[in-house]
Amino acid sequence: MSRFVLAQLKIEKPGGSGSCVADNDFCPEWIAENLDRYWTPLLEHLFLTIVPVVIGFAIAMGLAVLAHRRRWLTGPIVTVTGIFFAIPSVAAFFLLQPITGLGYTTAIVALVSYTLLIIFRNITNGLRNVPAETRDAAVGQGLTDRQLLTRVELPMAVPEIMAGLRIATSTTVGLAALAVFAGAGGLGSEILTDRYFKSNVVVAGGLAVLLAAVLDLALLGLQRLLTPWQRARA
Amino acid sequence: MSTILAVLGDFGEGIEFLLKERESVSGGVQIGGPAEMAAFGATHMLVSVAAVLIACALAIPLSLWLGHIGRGDFLATATSNVGRAVPSLALLAFFISFIGLGYTNVISVLVLLAIPPLITSTYVGMRQVDRDTVDAARGQGMTGLEIVRKVELPLALPTIFGGLRIAAVTVVATATIAPLANVQTLGEPILTPQTYGVVGQIGASILVASITLLIDFLFARLQRAVTPKGLKLTGEAPAKGPRFSFPTRRRLRST
Repeated sequence: MSRFVLAQLKIEKPGGSGSCVADNDFCPEWIAENLDRYWTPLLEHLFLTIVPVVIGFAIAMGLAVLAHRRRWLTGPIVTVTGIFFAIPSVAAFFLLQPITGLGYTTAIVALVSYTLLIIFRNITNGLRNVPAETRDAAVGQGLTDRQLLTRVELPMAVPEIMAGLRIATSTTVGLAALAVFAGAGGLGSEILTDRYFKSNVVVAGGLAVLLAAVLDLALLGLQRLLTPWQRARA
Repeated sequence: MSTILAVLGDFGEGIEFLLKERESVSGGVQIGGPAEMAAFGATHMLVSVAAVLIACALAIPLSLWLGHIGRGDFLATATSNVGRAVPSLALLAFFISFIGLGYTNVISVLVLLAIPPLITSTYVGMRQVDRDTVDAARGQGMTGLEIVRKVELPLALPTIFGGLRIAAVTVVATATIAPLANVQTLGEPILTPQTYGVVGQIGASILVASITLLIDFLFARLQRAVTPKGLKLTGEAPAKGPRFSFPTRRRLRST
């Protein structure tokens, strides 16, 4: 709460005294001089992305394995996570406020709830798309249900699971910018504080897009490492 | 009534804020109550509906055509990737700092946010129509336009409406931060706690969340309504699926 009010009241003059800044043009010099002040927000933003995606992945994986065993659970899980998915994150922060207060935890909880549907749906689709013959062959070799899941079904579902993780990650980078309203910092706080200052908006927004691109490439690399057989085929 | 609200604690106070006028935190002005909420809500809906309609007019015809001729894989994937990665707050701030405040800018931002899911879903919907079906239609002597109108479009509708649903929910959700550009939507009480206090923030959040869920639900119904009977029978229904009845394909269970 306090941090949010501060962000609103803080009237921060953009640093430097060049006429470019005073005229609020797009100022490469100012950016070059002030780039270091975006370092901490960028790191905060990185955490606000990775932590929710990792927690969301763990929960969604649990739910997906559960729904894989008990098919009838899929519908209710999709309904509930669909509700989380539809609630605007800004509203979610203040709906959580009476329970968790404002701050880091609130932002994380809201962002996690947003990733669940995306990841869950991709895991279940991946598991479902394993060819029946493959599954039969594995069962014929004497694999138990658990071995079937961990050695055959999950590895074969990796491309779809990774696709879900990539979508969830880039979505979370975008939403984490709103975490400033929960008082959790990140690049959104830089954007909001000096939102009339062009250079600031471009740098902070650009860094967010860059972060999404880098994380996406990293996940793509991870997917290639995890699925060596796909490289052999191509 | 008031006892029920008291049990709900902060949420009860939030609901009370929506139902009854009160003096603002800083004093002097009356805030909250149905009249003010209706005014904010009307603005919220105005910008949202305008944005979704404009986005549909811009995105759907183009992607129908691209989907029909089968070119635009790159466009469909690129727009959805970029669209996801650009934070809505950054886009709004970009418009505020470079162009200015006001309705036009807010609607422009919302249009830009609504376009990617519409392009992707329309294109994917058109492309996933069974090629044999299209060939059969062509063999019967249908022209290109007839194939789009009578075969591809009806079969693609469920997927297109899936995209429309995501676009609508995104737009209504993002309209919450429109007060940053001086457009007083339902986000106003959330973004100005100096006047509205925590109660106003919670109350408005309850309202915004309920409206978004209602819209999500309505579009889910709509999506089901436009699904051709044939698709419902085969269970081949849309890839992204109506969220409330997940398409399940029965497989032989091996023991």
